[in-house]
Amino acid sequence: MSNQGKMDCGRRRLVVATAAVGGAGAVAALVPFVSSLLPSERAKAAGAPVEVDISKLEPGQMMTVEWRGKPVWIINRTKDMLDTLPKLADAVADPKSEKNQQPAYAQNDTRSIKPEIMVVVGICTHLGCSPSQKFKAGTEEGMPDGWLGGFLCPCHGSTFDFAGRVYKSKPAPTNLEVPPHVYLADTRIMIGEDKKGA
Amino acid sequence: MAAGNFEKYKSDGSLAGNALEWVDARFPATSMWKGHLSEYYAPKNFNFWYFFGSLALLVLVIQIVTGIFLVMHYKPDAALNANGVPIAFASVEYIMRDVSGGWLIRYMHSTGASAFFIVVYMHMFRGLLYGSYRKPRELTWLFGVGIFLCLMGEAFFGYLLPWGQMSYWGAQVIVNLFSAIPVIGGDLSLIIRGDFVVGDATLNRFFSFHVIAFPLVLIGLVAAHVLALHETGSNNPDGVEIKANKDENGIPRDGIPFHPYYTVKDIVGVVVFLMVFSAVMFWAPEGGGYFLETPNFYPADPLKTPPHIAPVWYFTPFYSILRAVTYPLFGLDAKFWGVVAMGASVVIFAFLPWLDRSPVKSIRYRGPIYKTLLTIFVICFFVLGYLGTLSPSPMGELVSQVCSVFYFGFFLAMPWWSRMDKFKPVPDRVTFK
Repeated sequence: MSNQGKMDCGRRRLVVATAAVGGAGAVAALVPFVSSLLPSERAKAAGAPVEVDISKLEPGQMMTVEWRGKPVWIINRTKDMLDTLPKLADAVADPKSEKNQQPAYAQNDTRSIKPEIMVVVGICTHLGCSPSQKFKAGTEEGMPDGWLGGFLCPCHGSTFDFAGRVYKSKPAPTNLEVPPHVYLADTRIMIGEDKKGA
Repeated sequence: MAAGNFEKYKSDGSLAGNALEWVDARFPATSMWKGHLSEYYAPKNFNFWYFFGSLALLVLVIQIVTGIFLVMHYKPDAALNANGVPIAFASVEYIMRDVSGGWLIRYMHSTGASAFFIVVYMHMFRGLLYGSYRKPRELTWLFGVGIFLCLMGEAFFGYLLPWGQMSYWGAQVIVNLFSAIPVIGGDLSLIIRGDFVVGDATLNRFFSFHVIAFPLVLIGLVAAHVLALHETGSNNPDGVEIKANKDENGIPRDGIPFHPYYTVKDIVGVVVFLMVFSAVMFWAPEGGGYFLETPNFYPADPLKTPPHIAPVWYFTPFYSILRAVTYPLFGLDAKFWGVVAMGASVVIFAFLPWLDRSPVKSIRYRGPIYKTLLTIFVICFFVLGYLGTLSPSPMGELVSQVCSVFYFGFFLAMPWWSRMDKFKPVPDRVTFK
């Protein structure tokens, strides 16, 4: 900075150009590092479909299987359970399952292929906790009066009915997700695939 | 006062003297020693609140040393071992049961985490009491806010490592919070997790952040914090600039050399602190379920959330603020604004130097407005912290909303109320008995 006032414009342009090229190189060098943070090819390839035998699932019972690291619930709903669904049309946020949280074949009154068998991802759509069973109507501890049975998320208090539909004015924005699934036989379900052998 | 303005060491002819002269000609040993310790003049009227800076440094050392030894036995691996227990969880049990002294090192580290936050909260409160963030120490304060943020990250990443139920579901909830950010949220939470669910990839990268990335940044920030402090000189309980009154040798009349005066005084603080620290570590290492939460004694189960999940105590005030936001705004849902409020409640501390417009620094010369508002602020902080440990309830939600409004009001209205107070005259010299 000793020769103040006399700027060598050519040299200055070279300095700017060098800094710009170097800066671009530094940014480019970030690419492999950031991309390494994304899910790896193995993680993307995981999530193979899961085959489940439901022959021992009695009415009123629920089983949990792991699919893509998440709990998937299979609930054999009794007639009483199914009868609660139409009564809740005004109490739940998306009674007709209009939001895209299920395959088209589960976009119906029971959110399922077979009315009694519910297959749903047991992860709250708010912040990802797994809701707990509150199946008993009316008498469950800590549940509001007139509770018809369903699920309660322990983290932030969202409640869901037996079709995984979220109640109104709860933190969870949408109904629980119904995963793609297909019946291989009467009591065998493939979770994670839509069509047999596809 | 900056290092480098001191004369080089001249040997007295002895071997040690010659060696020091040789070093000093090549490395600023004498000038660093004098500039930061033996001729760094600190105000002579430091009180109780001035212990916590050096204690924070002590806890940092404890965490680094115990951490080095824990890493020798810990395995960041979410896969299940032959007994069906996640390897990471099993390695922590191994440290607790089979490694000689492992339980002690681990309890030092886990107690140290809570102690770090206690000490840092006290240190920050000292800043509020005596206006330590005011001109000319704004940068010292900003580096301090950086340290606090870094510490929160460090604690969050570290809590996942034991791979217990609370580790897993706590991380699940916090990482999902980022997905609330519009446009980039989904990709951001994917980048943080490294998978579509919290899993092995998440555990390994949190381990990397916890043991390498964040400690390096933390040490750098601590160095910057101390260097900035030593450039301006320390504040004191009177908020008087001691450099404004120097003797004929250019030494502040109210200053005493940090070493030996404060190094020795701080040893008293260290001894008392270590007594309390040891008592917790030996007799109550779980801190009544606040330092180590009960669900974390169960291995992570991705299929089942514990009935009650809450963050560790030092995060709960900010977690309460997050939960207090229940209204959507501008077409973005409440979850997003909760995240914004939580982030803002931490970052807002950085603006204190410019929000505070009072003519005096120390609470000793401030009036009733500051004393009242600061008291309510501290009460709100504690209430928010307590509510954050509880399950959500309508009453708790209302109380946390009131406290959150006051929390932000304290800061945002400060430019006005900090000027309106009744101030006492500030003396020219520090008060010292």
